[in-house]
Amino acid sequence: MKFKGKVWKFGDHVNTDLIIPARYINSSDPAFLAAHCMEDADPDFMKKMQPGDIIVAGENFGCGSSREHAPIAIKAAGIACVIAKGYARIFYRSAFNMGLPIFESKMLHDLVQESDEIEVDGDAGIITISGKEAGLIKIEPIPPFMQELVAAGGLLPYLVKKRAGG
Amino acid sequence: MGMTITEKILAEHGGLKEVHPGMLINARVDIALGHDVTAPIAIGEFKKAGGHKIFDRNKVVLVADHFTPNKDIQSAQQVRIMRDFAKEHKISHYYEGGDAGVCHVLLPEQGIALPGDLIIGADSHTCTYGALGAFATGVGSTDFAAAMLTGELWFKVPETMKIVFHGKLNKWVSGKDLILYVIGQIGVDGANYQAMEFTGETLAELTMADRFTMANMVIEAGAKSGIFVPDETTREYVQYRAEREYTFHESDPDANYASVLEVDVSNIEPQVAFPPLPSNVRGLSKVGSIKIDQVFIGSCTNGRIEDLRLAAQLLKGKQVAPYVRLIIIPTTPEVYRTAMSEGLFDIFLDAKAIISPPTCGPCLGGHMGILADGERAVATTNRNFIGRMGHPGSEVYLANPAIAAATAVLGRIAGPDELKGVHKI
Repeated sequence: MKFKGKVWKFGDHVNTDLIIPARYINSSDPAFLAAHCMEDADPDFMKKMQPGDIIVAGENFGCGSSREHAPIAIKAAGIACVIAKGYARIFYRSAFNMGLPIFESKMLHDLVQESDEIEVDGDAGIITISGKEAGLIKIEPIPPFMQELVAAGGLLPYLVKKRAGG
Repeated sequence: MGMTITEKILAEHGGLKEVHPGMLINARVDIALGHDVTAPIAIGEFKKAGGHKIFDRNKVVLVADHFTPNKDIQSAQQVRIMRDFAKEHKISHYYEGGDAGVCHVLLPEQGIALPGDLIIGADSHTCTYGALGAFATGVGSTDFAAAMLTGELWFKVPETMKIVFHGKLNKWVSGKDLILYVIGQIGVDGANYQAMEFTGETLAELTMADRFTMANMVIEAGAKSGIFVPDETTREYVQYRAEREYTFHESDPDANYASVLEVDVSNIEPQVAFPPLPSNVRGLSKVGSIKIDQVFIGSCTNGRIEDLRLAAQLLKGKQVAPYVRLIIIPTTPEVYRTAMSEGLFDIFLDAKAIISPPTCGPCLGGHMGILADGERAVATTNRNFIGRMGHPGSEVYLANPAIAAATAVLGRIAGPDELKGVHKI
């Protein structure tokens, strides 16, 4: 997994109400949800971002409601991946289950500026900040079981494959 | 090495003799829950994966409670997806319309969630059932779909944080205040990925309603689950409701805990969580003068009959302050009927409160009481995030039902002692 994109920075405890406000979750249409992604954290986010961009956040990203509409909105908006200092556990699980790439780095948030371009090599576990010397940052490796889920394309394809004896 | 109650339930459901924190296990699920917001996505995933049959029509529970009675066309479409699925699979626990209530109050009340169970729900407040001595945790829609398909789910066995409560509760202090206090101490990610186990001599004083409130809010500290070791209070609650066998587990004396937090409750006054995080708590005496526009008494946190009785006791013979809206939502048909037959509705209506049918409604900014820009609400709910109950410029303060009722009468955040002629019974 390799990604290259512009950074959008958010702080600690970005909850799922900020990622996708409840007033929009009477729908489960990914395109509709994407149109309102991060709206209450930054009302102009969807106007500014480009597909392929990367969200960099602080601690406890995705806390609060279990709504899978949150990782769905982020993925459907075209965000390539999320790199946070840490995640709330339901969001962490759901992101792997539904195929949104997420990584953990305690260091990155303090070292990048908004609009910096970064390269993420998920396989090698390395992030490079473009144009910066010594811009190499290690990310936490994805746990082996989670790698299996990602390789299968999410939890349900994984289960179907397993049940078929694959 | 002994096991905690959480580890015992996970081991039993994983078909293992013992488990320890960090282990990945595959465990049997007793109840899998979804609602009108999360189930439609799960049903889509279930079908996409080629699912034809759910694992057990008596163990999948679907409740229409969030945007119901359907607030608009989109919500109606979501509920229809759920209803069609419930019909197709002959789901025995399908609740919509006059049967339906807020799921986390409804399931224990109907004897569906029981001690010793392993319960997953596509709702973060599924942790509520830990009050019964069950392992219960919130998951996303995809996990719910997987559980509907296979009757199993993968879990990482969590470490357990033990919270021990000592001492006697002060006046107007309830389970809500204890859990808000703990969240204030450890922060909104203070128990991330952990199970919280509540113990100590103070708990014997607590009703099931208080315990549900506390287990309900462990997710606000990031916990995977919260649990009470079942006792006589639990037995009294479940024995006439349960329609199947249940098991009381307890933690071994030599069980291992990641940390232990000792809390002397005699130092705790009623707590108010200021926006925008549930950890942003202050004791009532340090709140200052904060004018409010709306009070909401309800939700899976504090919308049980005990909460409504307390509110009625304080509202009797009084009226809501001018320009303040008081919205009261009994959480299930049973709570609604009991409140009505005990005469609580007369007290509420005389006080100029609004009574709504059971729904999650305003707690999540869904409907039935949305806030405008700059408006402030006191709510007996669980989250006070930015925009949680409406406009991103509105504010939510979390408190117990006694504070909420007194606040509605006085028009500013206040305790019942400030009301004229109130004595705690």
